[in-house]
Amino acid sequence: MLGWFDANVVSMIDGVAYGLLLFTLAVGLSLIFGMMDVLNLAHGTLYLIGAYAAYALSDGSWLGLLLALVVGVLVGVAGGGVLAALTQPLAQRGHLDQALLTLGIAFIASDIFSKIFGSEVLPISVPSQVAGSVTVFGQVYPVYRLLFIAIAGGLALMVYLLFERSSLGALVRATVADRDMVRASGVDTRVVMFGVFAFGAALAALGGVLGAPILAPGPSVDETVLVLSLVVIVVGGLGSVTGALLGALLIGQVQTLGVALMPVYAPFLIFGAMLLVLAWRPQGLVSLVGRS
Amino acid sequence: MRRLAGVGLLVLLLALPWMINPYAISTVTRILVIGLLAISVNLLTGVTGLPTLGQSAYFGIGAYTGAIVSTTLTDVGPVQMLIAAVAATVAAAVTGPVAMRARGVSFLMITLAIGEIAYVAARRLDITHGTDGYAGIPPVVPLPGLPALRLEGLVYYYVLGGFLLVFALVMLLLRSPFGLALRGLRDNESRLRAVGYPTSRFGVAIYCIAGGIAGVAGSLWTSAQQFVAPGDMGFSVAALALLAVVIGGLGSMWGSVVGAGLVVLTQDYIGGYLAGYGTLLLGILFVLVVYLLPRGIAGLSLPKKVGA
Repeated sequence: MLGWFDANVVSMIDGVAYGLLLFTLAVGLSLIFGMMDVLNLAHGTLYLIGAYAAYALSDGSWLGLLLALVVGVLVGVAGGGVLAALTQPLAQRGHLDQALLTLGIAFIASDIFSKIFGSEVLPISVPSQVAGSVTVFGQVYPVYRLLFIAIAGGLALMVYLLFERSSLGALVRATVADRDMVRASGVDTRVVMFGVFAFGAALAALGGVLGAPILAPGPSVDETVLVLSLVVIVVGGLGSVTGALLGALLIGQVQTLGVALMPVYAPFLIFGAMLLVLAWRPQGLVSLVGRS
Repeated sequence: MRRLAGVGLLVLLLALPWMINPYAISTVTRILVIGLLAISVNLLTGVTGLPTLGQSAYFGIGAYTGAIVSTTLTDVGPVQMLIAAVAATVAAAVTGPVAMRARGVSFLMITLAIGEIAYVAARRLDITHGTDGYAGIPPVVPLPGLPALRLEGLVYYYVLGGFLLVFALVMLLLRSPFGLALRGLRDNESRLRAVGYPTSRFGVAIYCIAGGIAGVAGSLWTSAQQFVAPGDMGFSVAALALLAVVIGGLGSMWGSVVGAGLVVLTQDYIGGYLAGYGTLLLGILFVLVVYLLPRGIAGLSLPKKVGA
């Protein structure tokens, strides 16, 4: 057991990094879905916006990374605003049309990206101070990923506190639970919706900038992160920050440990995890902690 | 009138190889195959109200099963088709109950994950020859004792035969009490359950049937192309099939085939002029369809009627 742990501890740390990366995407996707019933199939595009911003602007200095963060998040928020504005008029028409529209936008964006950035997976440079490796449990591990875990972990904590412990978060949760009742009590729910859409988009783009050295931008990366995020929110439970975090950490482990231990069957493991959770807790893992 | 139009269309389909060139015929063959896939999507999305982006998985399972059967067991087409249908149905029976834990957009999410996982698996597994694709598939033999079909026009007839058979079976299914119950599942599941229908079991049943149809389409695809690659079962295939259904109108089976025709022709001909902009074109098509054709082509002329 201890030997197994030793051999796979790096994969498990990687799993935490990967899981936190998925959380930055899944939380926005989940809240947008829970609130407006919009399945934003262009959510992976927002990740790519951030990741390509990191490629274009992050030149190995802290200033470059900061610039990439600012630009990536601003463009991401703008993209989120456009998506919200485009899907809003379709609200009466049912879910399928909104899903198709965002899918079309994702296709258009991926074509534009491949025209600008080519069809290769692009290498991303990180600030030179964190470009090296350290020894963790006797294994070599990139410093940047540890930094990423610290930042993304802090971010996850912040998002959790904001949504589950602040009055602003209470308003958002109330809108997820019963939009009409919130509107009846005098709140303009459209503002809340646009706010959540923009916030979710900003988080996804932020995940893209910071996550680019871990999951580099390239064609069909948007699809990969979208599908994994969808699995995360199905596993974690829809419309909940806690659920997204639980799901993301679980799927991160399944993904990295699966690839390390049985590479050929890794995709089936993800499906297996989803199957087990759905059979055991159809409302997602969040139902284990009380609030769903 | 309707019957007359149907007979006229059938005569046209039969005469087609004498009227257009072999390249155009192979395009029509692909339209029929994608049309069958779209029908399987429509049975779930339009008729039963379960939006799916995962039928590409069962299409791919059918295509690879067809490829494996043709190279190791027999080059007789109907046998490949049958085994492919069984394999895809079994896969749907395993995965369907998971998807049926959810409804609506959550169902869409889970099916999307199923499709993507199948695609990644096809790229990684040895049995599918990984990213190289499955080559060396012999020309299909339509019935034991007959010669193998090498001409585009003859392969077209084989595919048309399979298409018409499945289309007729789907029409029968939709007219049966089971077909009516499926529409009830879409319109008001809780009421249907309250009067005693096992709605989840019905959902899994139609999921298996749709999976089997997608499997048949996959096997026909293999026979027509004599090559299968993971890209044939990728996300864009599922998205195209769903687009064809939405273009044709939810619930309308002939509409789905027309929608498949439009999608394939757009890709083949317009995409040919705008080489390298295929994805962009597809994305614009999605946006246009959503804004301009809310009820599809079938919704343009007919009152909202489901089934025909």
